[in-house]
Amino acid sequence: MALTDDKIAQLTKKAAEIRRSTIESLIEAKSGHTAGSLGMADIFTYLYFHKLKHDPKNPSWSYRDRLVLSNGHICPGLYATLAHAGYFPVSELKTLRKFGSHLQGHPHREYLKGLETSSGPLGSGLSQTVGMALADRIDNGKSSGKQFYCLMSDGELNEGNTWEGAMLAGKERLQNITAIIDRNNIQIDGFTEDIMPLNPLVDKWRAWNWHVQEINGHDFRDIDRAIEEAQSVFDKPSVIIAYTIPSKGIPDFERKFEWHGKPPGTPEEIEIALKAVRTWGGRVKSPNDSDK
Amino acid sequence: MSINPDQKLNHKLFDKTMEVASMRRGFGDGLVQAGAADKNVVALCADLTESLHMQDFKTKYANRFIEIGVAEQNLVTVASGMAAMGKIPFAGSYAVFSPGRNWEQIRTTICLNNVPVKIVGSHVGVSVGPDGASHQALEDIAIMRALPNMVVLSPCDSIEARKATIAAAKNGKPTYIRLTRDKTPVITSDHTPFEIGKAAIVFKSAQSKFDIGIIATGHLLYRAMLAAKLLEKDGKSVIVMNLATIKPLDEHAIIRLAQETGAIVTVEEHQITGGMGSAVAECLVKNYAVPIEFIGVKDQFGQSGTSEELLAHYGMTEKDIYAAAHKVMLRK
Repeated sequence: MALTDDKIAQLTKKAAEIRRSTIESLIEAKSGHTAGSLGMADIFTYLYFHKLKHDPKNPSWSYRDRLVLSNGHICPGLYATLAHAGYFPVSELKTLRKFGSHLQGHPHREYLKGLETSSGPLGSGLSQTVGMALADRIDNGKSSGKQFYCLMSDGELNEGNTWEGAMLAGKERLQNITAIIDRNNIQIDGFTEDIMPLNPLVDKWRAWNWHVQEINGHDFRDIDRAIEEAQSVFDKPSVIIAYTIPSKGIPDFERKFEWHGKPPGTPEEIEIALKAVRTWGGRVKSPNDSDK
Repeated sequence: MSINPDQKLNHKLFDKTMEVASMRRGFGDGLVQAGAADKNVVALCADLTESLHMQDFKTKYANRFIEIGVAEQNLVTVASGMAAMGKIPFAGSYAVFSPGRNWEQIRTTICLNNVPVKIVGSHVGVSVGPDGASHQALEDIAIMRALPNMVVLSPCDSIEARKATIAAAKNGKPTYIRLTRDKTPVITSDHTPFEIGKAAIVFKSAQSKFDIGIIATGHLLYRAMLAAKLLEKDGKSVIVMNLATIKPLDEHAIIRLAQETGAIVTVEEHQITGGMGSAVAECLVKNYAVPIEFIGVKDQFGQSGTSEELLAHYGMTEKDIYAAAHKVMLRK
């Protein structure tokens, strides 16, 4: 499906709605992870509103593409996307992290239809994606129509389990895997290159026999071109290193690792955040703005 | 002889001609049978294919076998992904590494996801022998039975290992099967009943009142039966139970045994802390409290030696079971 200018305009609008829902649910929950949830909003939007083969009314449709969220802590972004895509009512987002909610603090597959795996503990999603692709190849050979996506954070690449999965995918030449790394350069204790350097990251993945691309994770054309290329590569799994801005959409919070694991809390922070997401990153006037 | 005829045990039991056989071989045979019965059965191994006797499955069903390399975290997480697609994966390694090294991956990606992966851990207990403490899994029952959704199986011999494997392929649940390295006495026969969740009375003295009940799991069941014979020589009446399923626990059978005997000895090749005996004690304290003695490893690591030397050193022979039985009867 071609990505037309009209479609890009639609996706841009949808991503803004998803950012707004994400931050509103985080404020209501009073805990949860802001930076990555907002940073990956454009990629979530692109996947669920343009690329994925899926059916929100039939989440267990067996021919669907599989999307594994390995960095489960950014689930507020995924939940908002699933709600806007029609998996459940948007109004339910305000139950995030509350007792009895489908929207558990970290994704729990048995609580919400539309999640492929339970996650939160880092580093295990890629291997599960590899297992899914292997199982599919046993049944359907290399000509399966399904795609297997794994979303990962850069911080979770510290986990050895990730590289065990990468090694096996390269060995098995699992061409229908597309891994996307949220390369936002932050983790809980600081900047990734200070905590545990990942660079040269492209070389690491190439060494495990992966096809590697680097993109701007907020540019729908860039995302689309990279996914199309990833899926045209034969006999190799693909990884897309998506450079993103943590907390993208709230200029005052962007690029600050302090926002990795908390929502806006003080009245001032809440006002700044809501104003930014409700005015599309400040590009349109807030209803509260004076006309001066 | 007080052997329970309903169990159709090996008729050569206690005879000089009694066979010994490998539980790993039983698992390997069961895996091939399970694979023949259901094309969704797949197998994964972490560089121990021959040792785990997964070679036959690999040869017969090459496209359903995944060699993972020495990477136990990957072993179970890949298996989880395969199960999410409808497969029934058997993931084999040594128990110290799987479910030892990869416990959190099993917790999150198998038990929390609630997918039917079968973790097969060999080389449990000090009877691993010369390899020494690092390779002797003594904590696997404790860490597996603490996990919600997990079924824990501990077969007593090669034949039961085969049946446990075939049954696990059909139970639709996360399941752990623990296996011994050495060849062990063949206690059961092809005709012995096996059902996950059911304890079996294998030995029962002819009396109508009983002095002592012994609950054993794994190959030490044979030692428990030898101890029962020694106790009978002292005029004691004994019931011996094979507890091959540690979770879910057959509470009904255990409570009944406590009611019939009034004193229990539990026998396992595992740390006493958190093991099968602990599970039995949790059940009885709540339902029908009787004195219990625990045979197992007492908060120690093992060491190198022959399996016989080590079982004697750590107090898990028939003599130790016999002594524990006398001790617990005094507490009645």
